Amino acid sequence: MEGRGDHILEVSGLNVKFEDRPVLEDVSFKVKRGTTVAIVGPNGAGKTVLFRALLNLVPYTGEIRWSPGVKIGYVPQKLSLGDIPISVREFLSFKNVTNAEKWLRAVRLDGESVLDRTLGVLSGGQLQRVLIAWALIDEPDVLLFDEPTAGVDLDSEEAIYEMLNELEREHGITVLLISHDVHIIRDYSEHMLALNRRVICFAESEEITKPSVLHAIYGPGTELKKRKQKR
Amino acid sequence: MIVTTHVSALSVTIGVFVGLSAGYLGSLMILKRMALVGDALSHVALPGLALGILFDFNPFIGAFIFLFGCALIVWHVERVTKLYIETIVGAMFTLALAVGILLIPEPDLLEALFGDITKVTLVDMGATAVVAVAALVLTRVIYKKIVLGMISEELAISSGINIARTNLLYLLLVSLVVAIGIRIAGSLLVGFLVIVPAATAKNISSNLFRYSLLSSIFGILSASSGVLMSGYLELPPGPLVVLAGIAIFVASVLLKWGSVRLRR
Repeated sequence: MEGRGDHILEVSGLNVKFEDRPVLEDVSFKVKRGTTVAIVGPNGAGKTVLFRALLNLVPYTGEIRWSPGVKIGYVPQKLSLGDIPISVREFLSFKNVTNAEKWLRAVRLDGESVLDRTLGVLSGGQLQRVLIAWALIDEPDVLLFDEPTAGVDLDSEEAIYEMLNELEREHGITVLLISHDVHIIRDYSEHMLALNRRVICFAESEEITKPSVLHAIYGPGTELKKRKQKR
Repeated sequence: MIVTTHVSALSVTIGVFVGLSAGYLGSLMILKRMALVGDALSHVALPGLALGILFDFNPFIGAFIFLFGCALIVWHVERVTKLYIETIVGAMFTLALAVGILLIPEPDLLEALFGDITKVTLVDMGATAVVAVAALVLTRVIYKKIVLGMISEELAISSGINIARTNLLYLLLVSLVVAIGIRIAGSLLVGFLVIVPAATAKNISSNLFRYSLLSSIFGILSASSGVLMSGYLELPPGPLVVLAGIAIFVASVLLKWGSVRLRR
């Protein structure tokens, strides 16, 4: 796709309102093909709403321009599985997939042990990977992840991000992710879009560890806690 | 009157078709937590049955028209107000029950409430079979879409599923299946047919295929055995269908209880 302009997504002047209450105001940014952009901001900043607008699930004004023919995969924050008796195989078959094992391997899951298990009994990390596999089946150019590792323990979390980075390298997938984890943002994304209804900043992800940036996003007095060292 | 003197092969065949379609569709209704909605909705059929009896046309056509009309109102009010479906149905069904009971001539009331299979004709059987098979096929078409919409509305919409249209078709199917089920179980008990076979199947299923298959089988078993017993015992079929189904349900609970204890 060389020469097509290297931006896969251009958003300008995006506004979303819920019953006259503005949720997103005048949001503009661009995403380069093949990069990972982290979307950060306090609770209620409109991060998930931004994703919903990008997926055309909520009405908006302003402009969202995906480059032509782009396929978007989406990994939602959570599923409402309740007590629905549905196996992993059946869930993946919603996409008419012929080779479910292949996609589970792509997310480093052992198909044989997982395929016939009920979706509701998987661990948080396994379920997350199944959702990623689901999103990958259509071979998307872009993946949107809403807090990909909420409810997942630290080891699985890092493993999932390692995997995301590999996918990005191997398949040139562009990744947009919502995260609260400053370390994840610094280590696994190139750019960050700090959001609090409006765009606070769009910057290199390393910037997030600067106190001034942290304060601008999460409010004054926010400090970076030292993460427990592993290994 | 409601007392049956014999049971024909036709009645049992109707039982099989009704049980099959109600069991299969019911497995979706249970997942959507619409068990009692189906039950309440069935009372909406009463005024329709009444008009059929009063003006001498097929009461089940009247029942279907009222059911689907109510379903349409529910569908629309739900989209506009975002109230839970069960709230809207709850507001409508008592009204329909009241109107129905006032309208239906007393000799026909028990029949409408508890079912009657003594006056079954070949045409009835054929019509029931056609409706049941059509409902079965259409349910299969929307099954995955409905389940995906329940798991994640975002995933469903971004997979190109039109949720409003799917829900409308679903409500149409509920109306159809309830209308043919009234024949067997009566308007008061027809909710059973969409609730208990599915609940039984859910007790002992870990995937959708097994769940919907078992639900259909249990639907067939309870409806047809209820009809058979009704012939031998000379009692109205509705209550007997319920008793047969509950027996299967209790067996499934014991089975699950046993397997949980074994695993410990």
